[in-house]
Amino acid sequence: MLKHHEKLEKNSIFLLICIVIVVSIGGLIEILPLFKVETTIEPVKGVRPYTPLELAGYNVYLREGCYNCHSQQIRPLRDEVERYGHYSLAAESMYDHPFQWGSKRTGPDLARVGGKYSDEWHIEHMIKPQNLVPESIMPPYPHLAERILDLSDIGTDMKVLRMVGVPYTDDMITNAESDAYAQASVDSDNIDGLLDRYNKVNYRNFDNQGVTTELDALIAYLQVLGTMAELQDYKPLKPGELVDQVADQKAEVSDD
Amino acid sequence: MTNTLDKPIYNDDIVKLFTLATVFWGVVGFAAGVFIALQMAFPALNIGEYLTFGRLRPLHTSAVIFAFGGNALFATSYYSVQRTCRTRLWSDGLSKFTFWGYQFFIVIAAIGYVTGVTQAKEYAEPEWYADLWLTIVWVAYLIIFLMTLKNRREPHIYVGNWFFLAFIVTVAVLHLANNVSIPVSLTDTKSYPLWGGVQSALIQWWYGHNAVGFFLTAGFLGIMYYFVPKRAERPVYSYRLSILHFWSLIFIYIWAGPHHLHYTALPDWAQTLGATFSIMLWMPSWGGMINGMMTLSGAWHKLREDPVLRFMIISLAFYGMSTFEGPLMSIKTVNALSHYTDWTIGHVHSGALGWVAFITFGAVYHLVPALWKRNELYSMRLVNMHLWIATTGIVLYIAAMWVSGILQGLMWRKYDSMGFLEHSFVETVMAMHPFYLIRVGGGLLFLIGALIMVYNIYRTIKGDYEHAEIKTADKKSDATNTQEVAHA
Repeated sequence: MLKHHEKLEKNSIFLLICIVIVVSIGGLIEILPLFKVETTIEPVKGVRPYTPLELAGYNVYLREGCYNCHSQQIRPLRDEVERYGHYSLAAESMYDHPFQWGSKRTGPDLARVGGKYSDEWHIEHMIKPQNLVPESIMPPYPHLAERILDLSDIGTDMKVLRMVGVPYTDDMITNAESDAYAQASVDSDNIDGLLDRYNKVNYRNFDNQGVTTELDALIAYLQVLGTMAELQDYKPLKPGELVDQVADQKAEVSDD
Repeated sequence: MTNTLDKPIYNDDIVKLFTLATVFWGVVGFAAGVFIALQMAFPALNIGEYLTFGRLRPLHTSAVIFAFGGNALFATSYYSVQRTCRTRLWSDGLSKFTFWGYQFFIVIAAIGYVTGVTQAKEYAEPEWYADLWLTIVWVAYLIIFLMTLKNRREPHIYVGNWFFLAFIVTVAVLHLANNVSIPVSLTDTKSYPLWGGVQSALIQWWYGHNAVGFFLTAGFLGIMYYFVPKRAERPVYSYRLSILHFWSLIFIYIWAGPHHLHYTALPDWAQTLGATFSIMLWMPSWGGMINGMMTLSGAWHKLREDPVLRFMIISLAFYGMSTFEGPLMSIKTVNALSHYTDWTIGHVHSGALGWVAFITFGAVYHLVPALWKRNELYSMRLVNMHLWIATTGIVLYIAAMWVSGILQGLMWRKYDSMGFLEHSFVETVMAMHPFYLIRVGGGLLFLIGALIMVYNIYRTIKGDYEHAEIKTADKKSDATNTQEVAHA
């Protein structure tokens, strides 16, 4: 072995090529099969691309670095399912570029936060979290309510997302800006078009102000999180397949 | 250059620049860490739009990993590749470009974070324009390194350089594959990555874990393989072990990424592969630790006399500890408890503070007198003081995070006698407060240690010595140096 290794030690390009081959194997074997989508993403009804307003909210979520403290991925563990709801399915984040599963829960998981709290709660909470949850360590985001949402380019954003695989139609892209404004108001003439283009849309004045702000967009995004998938039609894992920490613990206790 | 026995004149100016940048960004990164740790204990410190935790945390991680760690890798690789190849670093101009180009990357990335320009992928936050710029700088780095290897006047490529080469080329591959994205327009900072959903998750953590594996491990093992034998004045313990652990480390590391995605919507087979290889990774990791530590065979007494060597050996101890903890945490049942908690944060810091920063401090303390042609550092007493203050800081930090992480994990899954969840989420947040305070204390000690290093380095460069007798010796050597220069 040592004799053969000498060849590598004497030829930098040969060494470089061998390194590239050795480090490529694992990544290729793990990553390539994931693009065979039928074995990776179980089909579930109801998941649609974000509306333009929700997409703008997703971008606010990214910009503020929410992923640093909030996950969006409920694991199939008994306590998580009870605390947050049905465990997350791959299909539910398939249109997120990039994914926002997170890695740390300084704050709670948000995968199914949609519909859990009222818009008023979110408004108050964003302006000063401690007003609602005194022990919270979340930063305040009052500037979101003060800043008019810039929607002039949202159609271009959707065009780029279509290039990376999100199924936005021409119709959706052409009407992007008016759809966004329609979703954030109560009495827009464009509501019907919006509802034609997207299933199950929450449309209302999310932030209770006369203008469409970044807070409108963020709340619209938060309120749709985890609500798209029609989970009643989805065949879940059998109870025995759900990892039940407590049952395991009890079993251990009774063994003693 | 006609006589091959001539000692070649090395390019040390570039190493000096990178060394100073290492120290500077180190202090910036540690200070940012202390500040965001304070924000978690006292949320009122989230002042205004630009200085919230969400925007500063990427600033902290990038400052320590890419600014502090990256500059340290440039400095040490440029220094050691010249010595181990007995040739000058290829292209003064291009190497200077890598210095200013890399600092420019750090600055534009940092401005992006604070103003909300981010890809929102951990440790890959810089947007497309910064990524493209970094690619140019990195290719220049690879070319310089390869050309210097090609010009070597030693028959063999030294083991430290295998690690540096693997680090440089693999980081390039990771960076390119994880950051493929389409900008909204050429004048827009925003882009959308090609990968979405579950694919983006796995590619991101394949990148993320190997940023640890190749940036923070392989690169820093390159530092270890040059500076530990140099400082101990002993050859590397085992050549065979070097070969074995080099190839197994780089082969196995690449597979470990999916352990960041246990119990998620990532297919099970990928999670299991990730966990399996993470556990296997324990062996090559300890192979490196043993090879480093046992290099002191027959020279253990030097640990008593040389605090710089002590830094390096303690760093290997932390390396051994965190590379044991990592495989443990990648076991799915352990991960069910540890994931999403501070345990992960503690684990990262035992590696980052204990291993990466300590081996860097050791290398910097070795480099500064060598580069500025001083006999010795200004004060060994201050090196020792730095060592113990920083070690105390690390122990406080990781112990606090172990306790808070396991405590929070257990609280999340605790049921009352009626079968309901016992704790609301915010109760578990409140329980973290004392440990967040201890962490601030630990981080502060680590920062104070670094400031002591800054002072020591400043006085060393100035040419001061705490003990006058070293200075007299230095004058003599200055004279010899002058003679040598005259001869050259």
